[in-house]
Amino acid sequence: MTALATPVRAGTNAAPARAKKRKGLPPVLLAFVLVPLLVEGFWVLWPALQGFYLSLTSWDGVSAPEWTGFGNYAEMFGDPTFRTAALNTLIWLVLFGGLSAVGGLGLAMFLQRERRGVGFYRAALFTPVVFSLVATSLIWQGLYQPDGLINKLLGALGLESWQHAWLADSNTALYAVLVPALWRQLGYVMVLYLAGLKGIDPALYEAAKLDGVTRWQQFRYVTWPQLRGVNSVILSVIVIDSLRSFDVVWAMTKGGPYHSSELLSTYMYATAFQSLRLGYASALAVVIFVLAFGVIVTYLVRAFKEDTV
Amino acid sequence: MSKRRTFLFHAGAGTLSVLWLLPIALVLLTSIRSFEDVAANGLGSFPQSFTLAPFGEAWNAGGESRAMLNSLIVTLPTVFFALGLSAAAAFALSRYEIPFRRTILLVMLGGNLLPPQILLVPVSKLAELLGIYDTLTALVIVQVGFGLGFYTFVLQGFMRTIPGEIQQAAVIDGAGPVRIFLSVILPLTRPALAALGALAFTWTFNDLLWAITVLRTETVMPVTPALLGLQGQYVSTWNVIAAGSVIAAIPTVAVFLRFQKHFISGLAIGAVK
Repeated sequence: MTALATPVRAGTNAAPARAKKRKGLPPVLLAFVLVPLLVEGFWVLWPALQGFYLSLTSWDGVSAPEWTGFGNYAEMFGDPTFRTAALNTLIWLVLFGGLSAVGGLGLAMFLQRERRGVGFYRAALFTPVVFSLVATSLIWQGLYQPDGLINKLLGALGLESWQHAWLADSNTALYAVLVPALWRQLGYVMVLYLAGLKGIDPALYEAAKLDGVTRWQQFRYVTWPQLRGVNSVILSVIVIDSLRSFDVVWAMTKGGPYHSSELLSTYMYATAFQSLRLGYASALAVVIFVLAFGVIVTYLVRAFKEDTV
Repeated sequence: MSKRRTFLFHAGAGTLSVLWLLPIALVLLTSIRSFEDVAANGLGSFPQSFTLAPFGEAWNAGGESRAMLNSLIVTLPTVFFALGLSAAAAFALSRYEIPFRRTILLVMLGGNLLPPQILLVPVSKLAELLGIYDTLTALVIVQVGFGLGFYTFVLQGFMRTIPGEIQQAAVIDGAGPVRIFLSVILPLTRPALAALGALAFTWTFNDLLWAITVLRTETVMPVTPALLGLQGQYVSTWNVIAAGSVIAAIPTVAVFLRFQKHFISGLAIGAVK
């Protein structure tokens, strides 16, 4: 028994493998890996490669794709809708991403201490995460209606001049759509930060208190550096979520009016499945991929490092 | 001083919570109003009527009963197969020296991190080619395929922490890999499976993009895209739209309430460490 257990302790994690290795792996284990890998390969990895290929073609989905090289990418330069969508996507990254990160951290710090009632407050802020973005959109569409609560409240406050068809005005549509997206995302980011804050050793704060530091210094020199790992995860989540954002916009405005709330993701979808310009849509998807690429690689490098330790 | 600060905390947090819950309360209130009431007094007013008719309308004429059934037909197998396949892969990758296991894991995770937009066109064409376009089968397969990478990554991270001695004992008892997987490792992985199961259920149930990519016919649409259809069908009949949204939220709210602890720890997966 002891003799058997020794190699287990020597190798840390996948220890039982060491003994198995010499005999070769049982075929069933290969199946355990290969079946999922093939499913993902066939339905995700292989289509992704096709997506890159299609971005170099002109295709209506019926006749054979026609090779056009970088024609689709060249077309983007002259496409005003693409420019709007790209700019809106950047605005979305900065506002949706930035506000949910800052707000989520603020809420997490505000509700960090365990005390009476804090569970309820957390749950309240967290509830919207459970709803689908489409349901969320419908809820907010109701609020934004000309006779909806938001205009009613403005009226009650004597701000009649601010009353507005929020989603129908191209100056406000994008921001009107952003609010429900934030309403839902803030609670999620808060949960991530709460988990991160919980992981900080309280002894660090004790030590800081003995040094007589201010609250700001405490945040600057203890909390913030300790959150480094969490911050990088949240940054990745936020960038990827921003670029994927589709449901809210599609459900509320379909990118309109006049493309004023168009994001690259909605423009890509409309180009593919409404205009049936599959090649150009694939090129738009590649642009989204390129924007996400850095984040994906950073995330994988992080995962890779953790895996070696 | 400290009493005052406690008061300020509760005042601040309370106000925030009320603001946050207000839209939800408003939907509930709208869903029990009659159409005449909404039309006469406006969406933003307090209910002057009480009726459950909007729920019946959304459920029957609005087609939500069928959509809800479609959603369950998609969601339950998706969660089952996605977690089953991921658990098997995670088991082999975390407990045995599979060649290139780190590379395999990263390729799988990488696939999940891809923006789905790059997959939409090829996946819809692939489904057409295989003759499963516009069927719920296609949606299940796509959802499983796209989720596999993330679930496998999380599960293998969890399974790695299970001590080798436990498995060694089973080996001595003469158990093969399948036995070890089913009766030793899987039961020990329950917390992670519960967390991922709750998340997978919510994500699949709430999905819009994949559904409208591989489905076309209204009768096969799950609840989320069907809600959009309801909105088109009942333009400005806000009480029915509100009731529809409430119905569509019931399953995920139920899962959330049942698995609350796991759900939240699931969301926080990856944030710590």
